[in-house]
Amino acid sequence: MALKSSPVLFGLLARLSRRSFSTSKALASKPVTVRDALNQAIDEEMERDDKVFVLGEEVAQYDGAYKVTRGLWKKYGDKRVIDTPITEIGFAGIAVGAAFAGLRPICEFMTFNFSMQAIDHIINSAAKTFYMSAGAVPVPVVFRGPNGAAAGVAAQHSQCFGAWYGHCPGLKVLMPYSSEDAKGLLKAAIRDNDPVVFLEDEILYGMPFPMSDEALAPDFVLPIGKAKIERPGNHITVVCAGKATDTALQAANELSGKGIECEVINLRSIRPMDFDTIAQSVAKTHHLITVEQGWPQSGIGAEICARVMESPTFFELDAPAWRVSGADVPMPYARALEALALPRAADVVAAAAAVIGNKIAEAAN
Amino acid sequence: MSKLIPSAAKLLSGTSITKAAGPVATTSNAKYSTKSESTFEIKPYKLHKLDKGPAQSATLTAEDALKLYEKLATLRRIETASGNLYKEKIIRGFCHLYSGQEAVAVGMRAAMREVDSVITAYRCHGWTHLMGVSLVGVLSELTGRRTGCSRGKGGSMHLYGRNFYGGNGIVGAQVPLGAGLAFAHKYRGDGGVTFALYGDGAANQGQLFEAYNMAKLWDLPCVFVCENNGYGMGTSVDRASASSDYYSRGDYIPGIWVDGMDVIATREATRFAIDYCTSGKGPLVMEMETYRYSGHSMSDPGTSYRTRDEVQEVRQTRDPITSFKEKILSNELVTPDQLKEIDTQVRKEVDEATKVSKSEPEVGVEELAGDIYYSSLEPQIRGVTPAAPLRHVEVVARK
Repeated sequence: MALKSSPVLFGLLARLSRRSFSTSKALASKPVTVRDALNQAIDEEMERDDKVFVLGEEVAQYDGAYKVTRGLWKKYGDKRVIDTPITEIGFAGIAVGAAFAGLRPICEFMTFNFSMQAIDHIINSAAKTFYMSAGAVPVPVVFRGPNGAAAGVAAQHSQCFGAWYGHCPGLKVLMPYSSEDAKGLLKAAIRDNDPVVFLEDEILYGMPFPMSDEALAPDFVLPIGKAKIERPGNHITVVCAGKATDTALQAANELSGKGIECEVINLRSIRPMDFDTIAQSVAKTHHLITVEQGWPQSGIGAEICARVMESPTFFELDAPAWRVSGADVPMPYARALEALALPRAADVVAAAAAVIGNKIAEAAN
Repeated sequence: MSKLIPSAAKLLSGTSITKAAGPVATTSNAKYSTKSESTFEIKPYKLHKLDKGPAQSATLTAEDALKLYEKLATLRRIETASGNLYKEKIIRGFCHLYSGQEAVAVGMRAAMREVDSVITAYRCHGWTHLMGVSLVGVLSELTGRRTGCSRGKGGSMHLYGRNFYGGNGIVGAQVPLGAGLAFAHKYRGDGGVTFALYGDGAANQGQLFEAYNMAKLWDLPCVFVCENNGYGMGTSVDRASASSDYYSRGDYIPGIWVDGMDVIATREATRFAIDYCTSGKGPLVMEMETYRYSGHSMSDPGTSYRTRDEVQEVRQTRDPITSFKEKILSNELVTPDQLKEIDTQVRKEVDEATKVSKSEPEVGVEELAGDIYYSSLEPQIRGVTPAAPLRHVEVVARK
């Protein structure tokens, strides 16, 4: 696990919560890592519904390749927490077949990179069957696992599938950022009767976020398809999801020091996409950038920009919208190159400054 | 007559095909036949890692014989109608006919119980009907009309019914899906068995071996049924498979080779398979050797990779309907008149259903965005341009 910043952030959050006089539950409550929030979500849903089970590589006796399923095999046993061989297309197909028959499988991909082996079952078997059967066969399956770039694992293990799966009707595609997102959205995904692709992030797994008492309660579920305004602001709208939210929030902090207030929208859900929240924000800020870790072409930012272009929101813009995305290259291994392939806070700061200053032409040269 | 009752009761209670079949007066026909039951020898099975196989002979009552004959005739007739509808350009796209392979589905279905489930590939018209979908439901799905079992939205490769999960268009994908259905039987403990059917072409797909492996590891009640019709599209088994002993290709999974042209053999083998899987021994592979008369799909004349003589020879010597007919007639289980009566009735029913499948309208355009999601959370579904948004509609009642 490649998390270096967590102790720092943890300390910061702990200090914040001690020093706060606010009665806000969020600040008063305890930090929980994304990993533990996911674990809690699965545990609670398995407790609640005996049709829910987990299958995937190393989910049981190994306690999860990234420990998301830690302790679940001990608690629920072989029947409901199932180690599979390394055969993604096979076990993804089995998961979808079990969902056809009315069970609620949680199919873990050790990382979403390996879901490419199984993408036929996600797209052709899971996403389309409800429609093809005219509603006769619902497919309540969740495909989950870490998505996107980790650290130092090079091209085949570092890519974002938000745009890939977001492309396909019939799927719901979620990308949580915080612990609250992780828990509330995963529970919603498990309860949902449609196939859900749930894109986590390895680097966020170890990151603690404050969770309110409400979010810690077993009945806490977030609505699918609703974005969250992580930080309100008047000058520019910054739309992001998953790990890119962290980047966007760092940039927003920095920009705030320069007198630029960002409205940071954490999408939470790639499909359906909460465009209303984006449109309302742009109507206020008149500026827009998107931040994502995936490649630019046909990406999440591209979709947002297209929707702006096609709607009256276009007229709200005072400057062209910009995408901040992963560079259009396969992920390199070398540290310095890798750093340049992913959006950093400084990139978001620069992009926001360029869009707000209406200096697009100069910046592009 | 007393001997007749138990087997007739089994047939009636064990399947829903009786209900779906329409009003064929088989019960009253028994009096025409001269014998109430007869025993038939079955071409020897080949066994892989099994000490004992299915019964080498089987007893058929006159009731059984008539019922099986009626199903065989119905399936053949459905495909004749489908071929004609395709030639009339009323069926669009792909259309894969099952003619020649009927004994596989009919025999298996006769042995299956209510709790068992089936998944197959795209050669699925006959199976869909056997699993309880009406003739109109099948034929008007092929013509894309609102009375189709998938409301015309699935087409010929995507038919569904109770415990019948398609109708799958991706070669081989139905096999892990079938293992998943079997997983659900085991998880629920409902005693059901899944039959996952695939062709000799799909038998070489990697995902089959992944499914075999997990099914055996977890002892899933899954029967992997390879319908070996000799050709994956235009590639003969010998050109596609390093080993064409498909019944042995589960390696560590026991297997049986079955004469898939003999409906009695397929029924007995399926009975054996159900007993095997329900006794907790895990999966089984069954190879049903059969033949398809038509090309791979309607666009394939089926003559460039095999000879017309070959097809003719199978028709004349191994046809599943003709051979069964000869058997039950020569054993005096049924009379020619009874069979003629069934033929007439089947033809009439299929013709009527065909007429409906041509005259019914397609579903309304509002269903373009119908039932994409069980619960849609999209305020609008995008149409072809931003100016023409669609609204998601819930056509089928949600539970």
